Amino acid sequence: MKYVDEFRDQGLARDLAAALDRTLTRPRRIMEVCGTHTMAVFRSGLRSLLPEGLELVSGPGCPVCVTSAAHVDAFLALAGRPGVRVATFGDLIRVPGSDGTSLAHARSQGAQVEVVYSPMDGLTLARNHPDETVVFLGVGFETTTPGVAATVRAARQEGLSNFFVFTTQKTMMPPLMALFGDPDQSIDGLLCPGHVSAIIGAAAYGPLAERYHLPCVVGGFEPVDILQALLLLVRQLEEGRSEVENAYTRVVSPAGNLQAQSLVAEVFEPVDMEWRGLGVIPGSGLQLRAPYRAYDAQECLGVEVVSATEVRGCLCGRILQGRARPPECPLFGSRCTPSTPIGPCMVSSEGTCSAYYNYSLSDSN
Amino acid sequence: MSPETILLDHGSGGLASQQLISSLFLKYLDHPVLAALEDSAVIQNGPGRLALTTDSYVVDPLFFPGGDIGSMAVHGTINDLAMRGARPLGLTLALILEEGLEMAVLERVIASVARACKESGVPVLSGDTKVVPRGKADKLFINTSGVGLVADDIELASRLARPGDKIILSGTMGDHGLTIMASRAGLALGGNLQSDSMALHHMVADLLAGLKTGSVHVLRDPTRGGVATVLGEIARAAGCSVEINEAALPLRPEVRGGCELLGLDPLYLANEGKLLAVVAPEVADAALELLQAQAGGGESAIIGTVGLDRSTKVTMQTVIGGTRIITPLHGEPLPRIC
Repeated sequence: MKYVDEFRDQGLARDLAAALDRTLTRPRRIMEVCGTHTMAVFRSGLRSLLPEGLELVSGPGCPVCVTSAAHVDAFLALAGRPGVRVATFGDLIRVPGSDGTSLAHARSQGAQVEVVYSPMDGLTLARNHPDETVVFLGVGFETTTPGVAATVRAARQEGLSNFFVFTTQKTMMPPLMALFGDPDQSIDGLLCPGHVSAIIGAAAYGPLAERYHLPCVVGGFEPVDILQALLLLVRQLEEGRSEVENAYTRVVSPAGNLQAQSLVAEVFEPVDMEWRGLGVIPGSGLQLRAPYRAYDAQECLGVEVVSATEVRGCLCGRILQGRARPPECPLFGSRCTPSTPIGPCMVSSEGTCSAYYNYSLSDSN
Repeated sequence: MSPETILLDHGSGGLASQQLISSLFLKYLDHPVLAALEDSAVIQNGPGRLALTTDSYVVDPLFFPGGDIGSMAVHGTINDLAMRGARPLGLTLALILEEGLEMAVLERVIASVARACKESGVPVLSGDTKVVPRGKADKLFINTSGVGLVADDIELASRLARPGDKIILSGTMGDHGLTIMASRAGLALGGNLQSDSMALHHMVADLLAGLKTGSVHVLRDPTRGGVATVLGEIARAAGCSVEINEAALPLRPEVRGGCELLGLDPLYLANEGKLLAVVAPEVADAALELLQAQAGGGESAIIGTVGLDRSTKVTMQTVIGGTRIITPLHGEPLPRIC
């Protein structure tokens, strides 16, 4: 398959792994901050090729994982209302709220919960069920936001009156600035998220490199892409440089997708947002701008987001910041498994805990 | 109500039930044992042990590329018999219909059952129909049970896998699972994506007949949970590790592309016309040739071996030369956000 096989070439992978081994002179910790990277690393068995001393740590880049319990509680309250049908991406279905129940439980109790593949599917639901209130649960980063923006704009053009979006859309840079602005953190370099970068552009990471002297490399998602990005990161570290480099030029440009950026700017504006495990980060969320408020579920349907406490003992917050590894959590693999997830990092297939559990149980045993 | 839909009367056991049986079921399923309409089918038994299995089919949508709920209900139960080396003798067919189901839909399903029975040479010998009020079931559910005979010299079970055995998969993975997922979501993934639903008993019979008695140790059909889940079951039952090779796994380009797009792992997707054979290493090449010569087996491949260590882990050598663990499926495979 074109654009896939050449990036999974065993010879190339072996050469890059050998180059990494030659270049690395002391232990380094690299953070990948995209759930798709986390999963690609485990699925390809890439960890088993990395030199000893190069540790990969997963950051807060799994959209389901960083959705706060308070927001899930609000989703559940909304789904439980008569006459409401919620539309959501698949992996949100199993995320537990503060009382341990999820949209899957709500569905079993009669709530109308539909898994959709695109926010636009929500418009179809609204058209097909004119006597119901259809709410799309907007979860995700820059990668899903343009689609949600286009959907809201289409709803307005069509004049749909029974379609709403409950937005918890988040942006990637504010948590990264907060994370690396903390002098206690021990991450040496950042493997920048390829899909987010396609929208915001590689240049967006400039402040991280300049202000916090953090080497940043944009990487793709195939094993050879990831190895190449890691090699660039390790070279920067060994040579004492901290720059933004792009190892995913077939998709990511310096300025990003300007059309998507302008669409998002037209529909959304920044707002403070609560992240699971990280608390409220100023300006890290997006809400609908005034001309589009008629589609805002929170405003129009009176949904309240009540602050909720996280599960005791769950280390998801520390794991999302790269301060703990899943096997260090007392719940990991015993009370918390992919069948019975307690923390959000176990729910999504992109979640760090789920990836550890599914693909590398041997490492933790 | 138009006569072209199913009414509660059709499940009453009265005149409407009898009319449905004679005008529809017996029109398509005309075996004399069934047509006698007795309370149970009495079958001539031969030498050997009896194999008995049952399965319920609730697939949505009822019709999908490559098959439908009717053909699947025939193939699936035949395959469960075949995996123990049984020669299928016959099936039961129990229908739960939702009031208001279009008669044309029911007829299409029954015609498909009849076609699958005819092609596989396994008749429906007994049946039952119930109708439940609208909303109490989703259109149409089917249960089929099957009986078969296992010759005395055939012994197939997951616990019989031995270290050194070779593992053969009889064709591409995930065709059925991805077809259903794409049909449900209205996704046009392109290519010739369709379910692999087919009966495997002839393939099994030829495989067993062509190899030394006792050299095939395990046959399993990797339906829900996919190849990954069945390999885990074999490893645990046999108390051995299993090692597979990613590069050897047969996969259609359209399934591979669909999985890449949706973030799914084809190892966990359902198959309805494939088998995993665990065979003694000395017959592996002959077994592969036998399977490749079968209709629907052309893409068979040796995908791995049963390992020596007693950890019961399933590991995979990845295409880039790494290794990873393969765990059983937890919950439904869900598409990812981005």
